[in-house]
Amino acid sequence: MSNRVVITGLGIAAPNGVSIPAFTQAIKTGTSGIRHDPQLAALQFSCQIAGKPEVSEELQLQYLDPLELRNFNSSGILYGLIAGIDAWKDAGLAIPTGNDPDWESGVIFGAGSSGLDKLREAIYKVDALQVRRLGSTVVPQTMASGISAWLGGKLGLGNQVTTNSSACTTGAESVLMAYERIKNGLATRMLAGSTSDAGPYIWGGFDALKVCTYKHNDTPTQGSRPMSGSASGFVPGSGAGALLLESLDSALERGATIYAEVLGGHVNSGGQRGDGTMTAPNSIAVQRCITQALAQAGVKGMDVDAINGHLTATGKDSLEIENWSKALGRAGKDFPYINALKGMVGHCLSGSGSIELVASVLQLKEGFLFPNINCEDLHPEISAIIDETCVPRELINVNLNIIAKASFGFGDVNACVILKKYING
Amino acid sequence: MDKETLITELKAIVKPYAKDEEALNNINENTDFITDLKINSANLVDVILDVEEKYNIVIDNESMEKMVNVKAAMEIIESKLA
Repeated sequence: MSNRVVITGLGIAAPNGVSIPAFTQAIKTGTSGIRHDPQLAALQFSCQIAGKPEVSEELQLQYLDPLELRNFNSSGILYGLIAGIDAWKDAGLAIPTGNDPDWESGVIFGAGSSGLDKLREAIYKVDALQVRRLGSTVVPQTMASGISAWLGGKLGLGNQVTTNSSACTTGAESVLMAYERIKNGLATRMLAGSTSDAGPYIWGGFDALKVCTYKHNDTPTQGSRPMSGSASGFVPGSGAGALLLESLDSALERGATIYAEVLGGHVNSGGQRGDGTMTAPNSIAVQRCITQALAQAGVKGMDVDAINGHLTATGKDSLEIENWSKALGRAGKDFPYINALKGMVGHCLSGSGSIELVASVLQLKEGFLFPNINCEDLHPEISAIIDETCVPRELINVNLNIIAKASFGFGDVNACVILKKYING
Repeated sequence: MDKETLITELKAIVKPYAKDEEALNNINENTDFITDLKINSANLVDVILDVEEKYNIVIDNESMEKMVNVKAAMEIIESKLA
């Protein structure tokens, strides 16, 4: 049994837009969601700018009831709930109220960690000999699978309910896991996505690794500069993206709006061998991930119209371009269009893959390429491989058929998803 | 403290957790927290913490296990306040 798999719903909680219409508008206009962060400044971080979704209390109450919001302190779960429930509704699916689980629908929603702020509260209480005063709210907010458990309950999901975790590839991986489940006939619908907590306790380790920029504390919107010659490290971000995957048969039967088809993809690891380490990619594995993804999707390097890169604005961007070029067998003017969402939202870590996949799907559906902001000065190592025109600096309205999206993560792990515009049949 | 006052105070404490509004409005000595008020069993520990805070008392593990209805809650609170 092999089903075709399509995307019928999208949801997002991104630093530059919390809802699909707001996010679509933001990425088309190149609007940055990076702001100065007073908390990071007070804590003397090197990087004092960050990307956080703006969620009002009023908006929170649309997803969590007042009891659930009592002692609630898990930003990642909040972002994931917004994205996940919005994607479900966007697909035209109802929030079930009956007693029966929906056996044909599940969720694979990734996270890097869960409820770090909540965990911090709990740790302080435990150390102060107050373990009995933790109450009932610590476990559901701090267990790694918290977000999938919350979504599973809200939506009455009766198929697989789980959380995957593979650093910054998490979001791309969750979509591929959901894709395989539907393709193999084990589920009809899977909510796929990923989320990342916001705040100093998640970003501190990266600040300490000296991989974040410290040069733009007074110019936050210019801080995240993927592919730029003056890129100086990534800007920490947070948020969640969600995609409702469904068998083509089910989508057609329901008369659902089809955003795009997931043609296939691949996940692998460089094994931290060769050039690969805990924090650096093995280029052979990156290239293999891309070529395997294309093969699995049944398309050729020449068929790719646009790439949505991982492109974090660190020294590794040039290497990523080189790897794409080798894997696709294309260079110079022959290289596809490429863009990087991180210029606008920063690096949303475990949330990044799914947020960027949502952007990629919107580009296919509506026929545009969002601008690469802060890339006025394309890195010379990149312009030595590909033509300047492959890197749009302004919004381009263009009909795209195939987008390749890749994410790479600590642990030397890679994921590449091949998306295709859906045209009847 | 008279029983009426104590029940009124308990009603305010359990209100955020009670899923059955009608049972909450008719709360009395015989009301069970889980079967009548439909409080999620995990939330019982939150009810107990709120009671401790309200009356500035400490409820030991054994008493906690018994505190599943209004009558038991009243007895435990009264004995701790005595």
